[in-house]
Amino acid sequence: MFRLQRQPIRLDELVQAVREDGHGAVAIFLGTVRNHNIGRKVLNLEYEAYPAMAVREMERIGRLVLEQYDVDRLAMVHRIGRLEIGETSVAVVAASAHRAAAMEACRCAIDRLKETVPIWKKEIFEGGEAWIEGAGGPMRPL
Amino acid sequence: MEITFRFFASLSERTGATEGKVDLPGDATVRDLWDELGSRFPTLAEIGFTPMVACDMEYADWESPLRGVREVAFLPPVSGG
Repeated sequence: MFRLQRQPIRLDELVQAVREDGHGAVAIFLGTVRNHNIGRKVLNLEYEAYPAMAVREMERIGRLVLEQYDVDRLAMVHRIGRLEIGETSVAVVAASAHRAAAMEACRCAIDRLKETVPIWKKEIFEGGEAWIEGAGGPMRPL
Repeated sequence: MEITFRFFASLSERTGATEGKVDLPGDATVRDLWDELGSRFPTLAEIGFTPMVACDMEYADWESPLRGVREVAFLPPVSGG
């Protein structure tokens, strides 16, 4: 399951989508909206995506991760629109027979998502707002 | 040939455009499209980063030919998660 959605992420639904009786492990990563960033007090975030390409990229990452790790199923869901502090912006769920593969796959999938999936966040903070460009925080220089 | 361009996030905010069409010669590359857009949207010169490029939703580079391409998206460094 790879998708973008405006409504809150329901973790039980994702776990149900990947878990099978042959699995002994379901690893979950949740990205949540933090109330601070580079010294600023964050009020909320606004996520925008290039929707069709974002889903394609997530599917591509999914295929890669399933090839690379001993996992059977993977789900990645990312929110778009306005999110408040504490809300889940992204969920990655991986299921496998044993825990190591599920945990490694989960880590790999979220790292790659942050590198290549065309989604952007705008930070609304006390005193202003700014697009975050690049996973590292503020804009990368040329 | 007619190419659809798309801007996202800070690029659309800076230019006031999310998408549009550009007519280019058949041997044009992504860079030629970007140069053309630069004259249409002078604020592109101020963005302070090199966008990533996707041709028909696949990452491409600046020298990629546009023949056969329908849509070119210019993407600020991504920040999902």
